[in-house]
Amino acid sequence: MQRNVNQALASEFGLSPSEYASILAILNRTPSLTELGVFSVMWSEHCSYKSSRVWLRQLPTRAPWVLHGPGENAGAVDIGEGLAAVFKMESHNHPSFIEPYQGAATGVGGILRDVFTMGARPIANLNALRFGRPDNPITKRLLDGVVRGIGGYGNCVGVPTVGGEINFHPAYDGNPLVNAMTVGIAPSDRIFLSSAAGVGNPVVYVGSKTGRDGIHGATMASAEFTADSGEKRPTVQVGDPFTEKLLIEACLELMKTDAIVAIQDMGAAGLTSSSIEMAGKGSVGLELDLDNVPQRETGMTAYEMMLSESQERMLMILRPDRQELARKIFEKWELDFAVIGHLTDTGRIVVRQHGQVEADIPLGPLNDQAPLYHRPTAETTKQEPLNPARIEDRVGLGAALQRLVACPDLCSRAWVWDQYDATVRGQTVKRPGAADAAVVKIDGHKLALALTTDCTPRYCAADPEEGGRQAVAEAWRNLTAVGARPLALTDNLNFGNPEKPEVMGQFAAVIRGMASACEALNFPVVSGNVSLYNETEGRSILPTPAIGGLGVLDDAATAVGIALPPWLDIVLIGVTKGWLGQSLWLREIAGREEGAPPPVDLAAERAAGDFVRSQIANGMVRACHDVSDGGLLVAVAEMAMASGTGARLSAHPRDIPGHAFWFGEDQGRYVLAVPDCGIVLRAAEAVNVSAVRIGTSGGRDLTLPDGATISVEALRDAHARFFRTWMG
Amino acid sequence: MKAGIIVFPGINRERDMAIALERSSGHVPRMIWHTETDLSGLDLVVIPGGFSYGDYLRCGAMAAQSPIMGAVRLHVARGGYLLGACNGFQIVVEAGLLPGALLRNASLRFLAMDCFLRVERTDTAFTNQYQRGQVARAVLAHGEGNYFADDATLDRLDAEGLVAFRYVTPAGEVTSEACLNGSARNIAGIYSPDRRILGLMPHLENLVDPLMGGIDGKPLFDAFAA
Repeated sequence: MQRNVNQALASEFGLSPSEYASILAILNRTPSLTELGVFSVMWSEHCSYKSSRVWLRQLPTRAPWVLHGPGENAGAVDIGEGLAAVFKMESHNHPSFIEPYQGAATGVGGILRDVFTMGARPIANLNALRFGRPDNPITKRLLDGVVRGIGGYGNCVGVPTVGGEINFHPAYDGNPLVNAMTVGIAPSDRIFLSSAAGVGNPVVYVGSKTGRDGIHGATMASAEFTADSGEKRPTVQVGDPFTEKLLIEACLELMKTDAIVAIQDMGAAGLTSSSIEMAGKGSVGLELDLDNVPQRETGMTAYEMMLSESQERMLMILRPDRQELARKIFEKWELDFAVIGHLTDTGRIVVRQHGQVEADIPLGPLNDQAPLYHRPTAETTKQEPLNPARIEDRVGLGAALQRLVACPDLCSRAWVWDQYDATVRGQTVKRPGAADAAVVKIDGHKLALALTTDCTPRYCAADPEEGGRQAVAEAWRNLTAVGARPLALTDNLNFGNPEKPEVMGQFAAVIRGMASACEALNFPVVSGNVSLYNETEGRSILPTPAIGGLGVLDDAATAVGIALPPWLDIVLIGVTKGWLGQSLWLREIAGREEGAPPPVDLAAERAAGDFVRSQIANGMVRACHDVSDGGLLVAVAEMAMASGTGARLSAHPRDIPGHAFWFGEDQGRYVLAVPDCGIVLRAAEAVNVSAVRIGTSGGRDLTLPDGATISVEALRDAHARFFRTWMG
Repeated sequence: MKAGIIVFPGINRERDMAIALERSSGHVPRMIWHTETDLSGLDLVVIPGGFSYGDYLRCGAMAAQSPIMGAVRLHVARGGYLLGACNGFQIVVEAGLLPGALLRNASLRFLAMDCFLRVERTDTAFTNQYQRGQVARAVLAHGEGNYFADDATLDRLDAEGLVAFRYVTPAGEVTSEACLNGSARNIAGIYSPDRRILGLMPHLENLVDPLMGGIDGKPLFDAFAA
């Protein structure tokens, strides 16, 4: 690639005129092609968070149990017994649209590396997926490819995929979302960080060889899509889960020694971002000799090697006296190990190839003068709450229920889960679909983690602040519903083009809403990822702040699932007003997408959740399910379908229309199955939490308050139909 | 009995297997890296599940050529027991220690779900802790578990009582619906003629603890507990 470096090339690389001017000022000369490449990826939205940083600062990140918050490769929280849970979620949206299998697979690979980089053994994967309309012909191919990619990678590396969520909406037609989350476990006093130190220490490259794949992937991820995005296929990387598995084992083996000073995976912007971030954090300089980089192809230029996003590679700073010990470990695992440079005290990154200096950049300005934008924001217009009394039910409860449990957003995801190995490692207590959150035990301990991903994008589109609040609250609720103590969350903020004020307004409002919930629920953000420019042909996705929640159970055996056992009282916790605005009933049955979304009362949320958790801890609860998409009747039906046991439901309160009571999506609610509702109702009253008995379990049918009876088997058939017929 | 678990690069269910063996016997099995060559002193050798060498060639084909397989043959010749589970079954078949082949699942998809196995006989070293006719739940997790052999081989396996487990309904019936991966004659696991080698696709090692959903896999490991 022989190109003159100028403003035109800089624009092609995604740099604005003012950004290019800063580069000229920093270097006091025209950059080389390699230098321009380095600046363009480091200052890309994907790596620099230039549009989102000013807002992200508002998120609460601290709690006594937080060991490492945002800024490291992943967040870490203390879960007791000397252990830390290390976790993060990251998007691979753009690559997954271009090449769904590899895009999703490498998304899983990348997030795994973020976690084991910190010394944690990955113990669980989750994901949050959004696709366009099922009747859009590309949706089927995208979903199939993404599911195969997630399974292909996760199954092979031997990390169970234990949970996730899938939504469909036309807004994702040209821009699906693939957010992958990994959770790992490390000794809390043996967490590895990325801050380089020790002038003269070797910079060591391990893992796969470098090829020409994925060059400028980070820049691609920072641009909108156009109709010819398929031409960007060469910027997508190809995953090698076998090498990743070896890399996990080799790194964890090395991490038992004292060889590592700092370590970082080569993710977006590969060698460039890993080396620059490590040196930048440690305020040191570094020299790299690219001739020593293991290469898969011949004749690669410095530009190509610095920007390659070849997968399954790590960069480490080692103690010089432990270099040979480290080399032996990587040789045992048959992985490349190469010293490609050393740390200096110059504060500059100097890159050489064939004896020539290809880049020489001062790290201070490269990091400190990274662009930071206060982009203009425009508030989303609020919608009026709908009055349920004025929305007529023309369908009836039974017919609406059968349609709802069969609709794409609520139907059984078993077709998807059945392709993910959820049991490898032998610690999975609650598999997908068994409980509101996945429950994974810690090997050798009684402790277990509860894990969930949540977001309701249609709420976020209607009212971004309320939607941001709801996403956090729902994750907290799902952890609570298995009996876990919610500890912290990771987020994956997927939005459209930040240069549009209405998109930036959504972003700012979502952050506000999230922050309020994090604060009230004592549920801080410890890691995350921002994905902007999720637009195709100028159309933006729904604002989608996917939340990955993590909680802990002191004893895995106390976890409860959603499967409804027979002959129990069914109790509803939380207040029901019959909120139909933005509900799935309104969309699927009445054909309307409107109204204000249900508000989250954080004080009531906290009180109801703390009460439910205490009842589970006291052994009073045999099954628990939060009320979310589809409302109360769908929640009860899901519990019935999970076990095959039916229920007889009582009449609804007279002051709320039946369809609003049973299908409204009021927040902060749980359905419990308990042997003795008297004790639970009295305990709820004592702490001022609303609780009411809504029926009893038993038999094989669901008997609705209007007398209609539906067999659980028929519901299961309806529930399973969509994927079965769609995917064949 | 002394048990050892062979670990090839890419194997990922070695820990699951170790947990199951230890749970039954109280003894920690020996973990054997694939470059080792000595299996003496072991009564049971296990090749667990995973993706040896990424399964980038035919599943199990690379590991089957590994030098340690010489030691495995010696172990078998000495009268030792060998269990190959999932990828381990594929490796044992590729090594020629059991007949047949494991093709891609009939659905051409990776399958990860519970299945039900009928224990075909309970007079072997592997199954003597199961009840006669017992149906055991097990965990399926594979993309290539569709057992295939020519009719003569299948007839011989049947005639000589070498089918160890078949996929069945929860009630124990052999139906095509119960055979999730499309295996010939619903075969989930087979023995060598001396019944000292067992290869099986599903993971009984993942159901040895009620906390993880059941203990139907435990009798397999109890059989080697003494």
